[in-house]
Amino acid sequence: MSTGEKYLWAAYLVLFAAVLLYVVLIALKVGRLERELAELARATRDRSEGARG
Amino acid sequence: MSTSLRNNGAAFLALSAAALLVAGLGLALFWAPEDADQGISQKIFYVHVPVALTSYAAFFWAAWKALRLLWKGGERYDLESYTAVHMGVIFGVLTLVTGSIWAKVSWGHWWVWSERQLTLFLILFLFYSAYFMLRYSTDPGPRRSRTSAVYALFGVALIPVSFMAIRLAEGLIHPVVFKRSGPDMDGTMFVTFCVCLAAMLALAGGLYLLELSGKRADASLRELRERLA
Repeated sequence: MSTGEKYLWAAYLVLFAAVLLYVVLIALKVGRLERELAELARATRDRSEGARG
Repeated sequence: MSTSLRNNGAAFLALSAAALLVAGLGLALFWAPEDADQGISQKIFYVHVPVALTSYAAFFWAAWKALRLLWKGGERYDLESYTAVHMGVIFGVLTLVTGSIWAKVSWGHWWVWSERQLTLFLILFLFYSAYFMLRYSTDPGPRRSRTSAVYALFGVALIPVSFMAIRLAEGLIHPVVFKRSGPDMDGTMFVTFCVCLAAMLALAGGLYLLELSGKRADASLRELRERLA
């Protein structure tokens, strides 16, 4: 592989790695939102059960 | 834009970006001819220039949303402008990294300070990076929204300067591809470039809608938590 080819692949890999990293970060964010939503749903359920009881 | 429409839009843009990126990569590697002067390393152009133009487009979009916020009001424009700046900065990092790789193979240096085009892009990038410091140094509310909007609008003035610097500078080594007479490349190169540009714009658009959904969900959750507290 020539030097030019190595740099070319490096540039393309940077783009690929950035997209991959972004997908990982978004997945982590979705996981956090899911946990917080479940926590809120539980708090709402507890509150409505408390009001009824 | 409704949530389902936005999610469908993000899915459509993500699929388009994936198809266009594969097509662009294929065209760049196997169809577009090698540059007589730079050889195969010139093909970095098909990543570097579309990424840079996408970064400019994101900053323009941020400024447009900022203008709408200042003109009409509405908190949604604040989040949209902020997300667009976020995208612009990400694509700005990619522009600087791919540009440095190309500079190293073409000029033998990772960075050339005497090149006004490079320095002006770096200034533009640092200006928009400072946007986050400004935004998070003030409390959430209308004041923060307006200050951030004014900042995003000021930044857009740097884009034509950055874009024109390459044409105004003298004795530069950064190549000029788009001239008044048209693109300085053959038909196959231009088609490949257009596919790669469409891919980057679709990718940025998809990520923008995805990020916006995340930020809106975050804001709604925060509001719910405050009401429940």
